[in-house]
Order: sequence, then structure tokens, then C-alpha cells
Amino acid sequence: MTATQQPATTDAVVVEQRRWLKWQLYLGFVGLFLGLLMGFLQAMDRTGIDLYDAFQLQTYYQGLTLHAVSLAFVLTFTFANSFLTLTVMRSLDRPMDYTWMIQGSTITAALGVVLAAAAILMNQASVLYTFYSPLQASSLFYLGAVLLVVSTWLVSLNQMLTVRTWRKEHPGERLPLLAFVSLVTFLMWDLASLGVAVEVVVFLLPWSLGITEGVDPLLNRTLFWFTGHPIVYFWLLPAYVSWYMMIPKQVGGKLFSDGVVRGVFILFLLLSTPVGLHHQFTDPGIDEGLKLLHGVFTFGVFFPSVITAFTLMAALEHGGRRAGGKGLLGWILKLPWGDPVVVAQLLAMIGFVLGGATGLLNASSTMNLLIHNTSFVPGHFHLTVGTAVALTIMGVAYWLVPYLTGKPLWGRRLGVLQAWLWLIGVMVFSRGQMAAGIEGQPRRLFTTASAYIDESWEVWNIVAGIGGMIMFVSGVLFFVVIGGTLLQKQRVTVEMPVSECIHDRTETPRWLDRAGLWFVVAVVLVLIAYLPVFITHNYEFNVLPFTLY
Amino acid sequence: MKLQIEKWERWFLYATTVMLVAFLVAIFASIGEAGIHLPTDEDQVDPNLLEFSAYESNPAPFNELGSRPYTGTEDDIEWEVVLLARAWAFTDGEPVDAERGVPIITVPVDTPVEFVVTSVDTVHGILIAEVAVNAMVIPGQITKVVTEFDEPGEYAIICHEFCGLLHHNMYAIVEVVG
Repeated sequence: MTATQQPATTDAVVVEQRRWLKWQLYLGFVGLFLGLLMGFLQAMDRTGIDLYDAFQLQTYYQGLTLHAVSLAFVLTFTFANSFLTLTVMRSLDRPMDYTWMIQGSTITAALGVVLAAAAILMNQASVLYTFYSPLQASSLFYLGAVLLVVSTWLVSLNQMLTVRTWRKEHPGERLPLLAFVSLVTFLMWDLASLGVAVEVVVFLLPWSLGITEGVDPLLNRTLFWFTGHPIVYFWLLPAYVSWYMMIPKQVGGKLFSDGVVRGVFILFLLLSTPVGLHHQFTDPGIDEGLKLLHGVFTFGVFFPSVITAFTLMAALEHGGRRAGGKGLLGWILKLPWGDPVVVAQLLAMIGFVLGGATGLLNASSTMNLLIHNTSFVPGHFHLTVGTAVALTIMGVAYWLVPYLTGKPLWGRRLGVLQAWLWLIGVMVFSRGQMAAGIEGQPRRLFTTASAYIDESWEVWNIVAGIGGMIMFVSGVLFFVVIGGTLLQKQRVTVEMPVSECIHDRTETPRWLDRAGLWFVVAVVLVLIAYLPVFITHNYEFNVLPFTLY
Repeated sequence: MKLQIEKWERWFLYATTVMLVAFLVAIFASIGEAGIHLPTDEDQVDPNLLEFSAYESNPAPFNELGSRPYTGTEDDIEWEVVLLARAWAFTDGEPVDAERGVPIITVPVDTPVEFVVTSVDTVHGILIAEVAVNAMVIPGQITKVVTEFDEPGEYAIICHEFCGLLHHNMYAIVEVVG
């Protein structure tokens, strides 16, 4: 794109780019739907009803693989791809430099979904979303995973090139905040995704094709968790983009400072990745001291979330007071509780407070011994990715689908009900999962078939099952609202809301605008945290494949 | 408004820092003072040389499975239990209990016990929730964890990592005797 092009041409490019991004968003909704359906089967299993046969699935584990891949990879990746491309376009007020990269991203994501889904549905990849070797999946599954990651890299590259063009045209200016946070989210992911990329491309894919014979299971776990923790922030940061950059505007308030928001995203860029060993606290073959180093870094990554909690609360209070809220807490009542876009995200934040607190427990190395791989863990992450992220995506969809289709939102009150049901459902679900986990119930337990069920788990499994069913009903309502919206005949123009800052980007120092420099610092931190791990690792590629599903 | 926010934010960050430092101190105290350790870098073993049933010719220590007084060099360990894991069973080298269909492993109460485990096939885990034994069992790596049972009775060792079709049936029983 150059500045000399006619506005009409630019508009046509924007329309074309948005069309592809809309389809990528819909692809994510397909993932959400599949994930919800599998979640329903799992909830039924918790209450003692095995529906896997009725759904033509071989096993609980096949359903669980589909659940996690659909939600943790497909929904989140496609949403980030679509949403954080649109934010860059809005923020810089220009189309992306390369339409083909947007098309390529949507096509690779779709192809990835088709390959992975085919492998899973044929029961050729019931290896769960962690796909720990030496359990081996069909090469189609690994290829699908690669394509999904490639789709995110195309988005990131397009962002970088578009930002570079903008900077050339605006020398000396700070990059607009919305574009900055979108760019940094993907830069964090570019670095983080290298682990799983190496794991799949160098080791698992050749191995599944019969080119290599053996693998090193511990090395593959370490590579997986190199990506497997920061992926959490790749799920979360698009939600943060909405919470920071849109919610203040939507509640009539202002963000305090442009610089603080940049600082928060830079901290995530720096600290998300050098912490992965805290997922391997209980692994043999890794030095305890290195695990503790990552454990300490993990506490560091709590800071940007704490600043976020404070800053967002301040922006919400600002909005509530401007709307006439009085007293210490009276402003809360003045927030727009009738707007499903806002309600879904406020409730998502409540989920996140509990999710963050329980996450500290997981990160505390010795306390983690009580709950690692128990059902406490899914109890925790359904509050984070399953609510902070998923419910935010639904809330954003309530304006984003009208924004992309020009069709006004249908069923506002149903949308509000949907959001409340989700929060109630996840609270009940997580309570059950966590309580059973503390009593020692392993996670991913096929309850109706297991040879061992402790009496103390039984009541909590029923609680978790009921919570899961409430979440399923809420999820169905989401699709009813979106379906109703797509059937609307009216046309409206919806603008993307963008928060204003009391201290805006003209006051932000230059060092908080240097994404590339901070990326280099992030690389150095990763080297400090991971070089000793990879140097001391005892490399043995002698473990043969098993397909035991 | 501006100054007020800055002041509150600063105090909020101080309070968070104090809280996180207190947590870290507690964690390091639980390691240094209470002696609760994570599994660490132990020896490796070639899983291709391991037999689950005819185990006598396995590389040490997996050529002598079972529960017995400690034979190693650590000062504060008195008992050891050497196990093999495969899909979907543990073995201590003895025939499984006829009634329960799983191994029943006897260990003494109030005695520091080391569990030594590896896998002959895929990734497994060991979880004895009551005594916070929680570790992964990875082919190629030797897992060692030390614990002590304060109460006699029956405890389950559960495989808590997905290992295939019948993962949910994989467990063994520890019988703690006084």
C-alpha cells in the first residue's frame, strides 16, 4: 500500500481483507461449537452417563482430544488472527500491506483444522492436546498443527510489515497503542511458538512419517512446554487487548496512561516464555534448581496481570462515576449491565481473578505436588482460558460480528443471560473439579469406566457435571444470539471502539515504543532460562512409537 | 485524580511484591526446612532393554523389582520400592493380587521410602495423593521420589498421565503396615 493510492481502492482492499478475516472468525466459531459439544459429553460422563457410543466416538479420550484442540488451538488462534489484524487496521487507519498474507492465514488455518479434525475423528490422533511422545498420532494431525501455527506467523509478519510502513510515513511518532499491543502480542507468540514448531517439524512429523525411528520423550515435553506456558498468554492477550483498548470506551471511561499499557504488554513479551519448566516440576531428568529458577520467573509474570487488575478497575470506576455513580462502590451499579458485550467481559474478569489466584498455587513448586495432574488443574484453567478468554471472545463477538457483517446484534437480553449462565456454570464446574482434585482425583479421568473412584470424589464429580451442563446451555445460547444476528435483514454501521488515555501516546517515552528492542531482551531471557536445560539434557533418540488408543 | 491513582497504584504494587516475596520464602522454606523435594535429574535407562515381566535381565535397578530395605547410599532413606510401569499396569515383580487384579505393595509405617520407577513404553505418572507423591514416569528417565507414610492402611498409586485406551484402569495399592 502506498499513500498515493485512491481512497476508493483502499476501501475495496479493506472490504476484501475484512471478508477473509470474517471467515477466519467463523472458523473459530466452528471450533467453539465442537468444543462445547465435547464438553457436554464430558460433563455427562462426570455425572455417570457415557454418551460416547451414541456420538459415534471410540473413546472418552478421542472426545477430549477434540475438545481441547478445538478450543485451545482453533478458537483461540483464529480469534487472535482475525481480531488482532482488524485492530491494526483500525489503529493505523489503513489496510494491511499484504492481502495475500491474510488469505494465506485463513486458508492455512482452515486446512490445518480439516487435517487435524480428520485425524481425530478417524481415531488416528487420540493423543490429547499435549500429544506427548511416544504416543504417536497420524502425520495428518501433526501437519494440521503446523499449519495452524503457520497461519499465526503470517498474521504476525503482515503486522510487522504494515507497522514498518506506517512508521516510515510517521517518523518520530509513537505507534498508536492499539496497534502496539496487537503487534507485541504476536511478537511474544513468535518467540514462544518456536518450541512446539521444532518439536513437531524436526521430531514428531518425520517420526510419524517413518523417516526417523525413535524420539526423546523428555526433550519433546520440554519443547512442548517451552510453548505450552506462553501459549496461555497468546490466548489471554487478545482478551487483554479488548479489556484495555475497548472496555473503558464501552463503559464511558478512560484509560489512565498509554505508557503503563505498553509496559504491561512488554512485561508479557519478556516473561511469558522463560517459565515453561513450571509445567515440568514433577518430571524426572530435569534439575530441581532449574525448575526453581523457572518457578521464580513465573511469579514475575504475575506482575503485569496485577497492574492490569488495578488499571482496568480504575478505568471502570472512571466510567461508572462519569455515569453518575456515587460512593465507594455505587459506580459499579452504573456500569452498562444491560449490554452483553460489556457484561460478558466484566464477568470474564471475575473468572480471571479466581483463575489467577489458583494459578499461583500451581506455580508454587512444592504445593504443586498436591495438585499436579489432578482435576484441580482443569478446574483452574476453565477459569482462565475457559472463562477469561472464552467469555471475552463471546462478548467481543457481540460487537465484532455486527462490525464485520453490518447486521445489528439480535437478542441483547439473551446475550446478557448467556454471559451470566457461563460464569455461574464455570463457578460450579471449577468448584467440583478443584475439590475432587484436592482429594486426589487425577485429571482427564474417564469417570464412568474407571477401575478406581474414591468416595470423596463422587459428589464433586456430579457438581462439576452440572456446572459443565450449565456452561453448555450458555454456549448454545451464544450460537442462538449469533445465528439470530446473521439472520437480521437490517443494516447498520458499527465502529470499532477504541479507548482513550488520560495520558496519551504523545507523553509516552520512546523506550516504551521499541517493540523490536524488547524482543531482543526477551530472547536473552529465554536463553538464560533454557540454555542450561538444553545443554544439560541427555539426548537419546531411542524411544519407539506407540499407538495405544 | 491523576496523583491519587498513581499513589494507590504504587501501594498496590508494593503490597503485591510483599505477597509474592512471602510466597517465594514459603516455597524455599518448604524445600530447605521441611525437605519437600521435586523429582530431579537422576539416571537414564534405555527402555528398549527393559522387560516388564521377565525382568531379571533388565539393567539395574530394574532387575530387582519390589519392596525392601534401602540398598542405596543416601543417609535419610530406609526403604525402597522399585517398580516398572507399562500400559496399563504397574509391577513390583510379584503376581498381582488375585482378588483386586493389581499389585499390592507392602511398606512399613513411619519409614522414609524411596519409589524408583521407569516406563517400558509410553509416558505414565505416579500419584499417591495423601502423601503428595506426584511425579511423571517417562521412558528413558528414572523417577525417584521419597515419602513417609504416617498412618497404616491402604493407599492407591494412580497413573495420572494419559497412556492410552485403558489409562483409567492403571493403578496399584500400597499397603502400609505398622
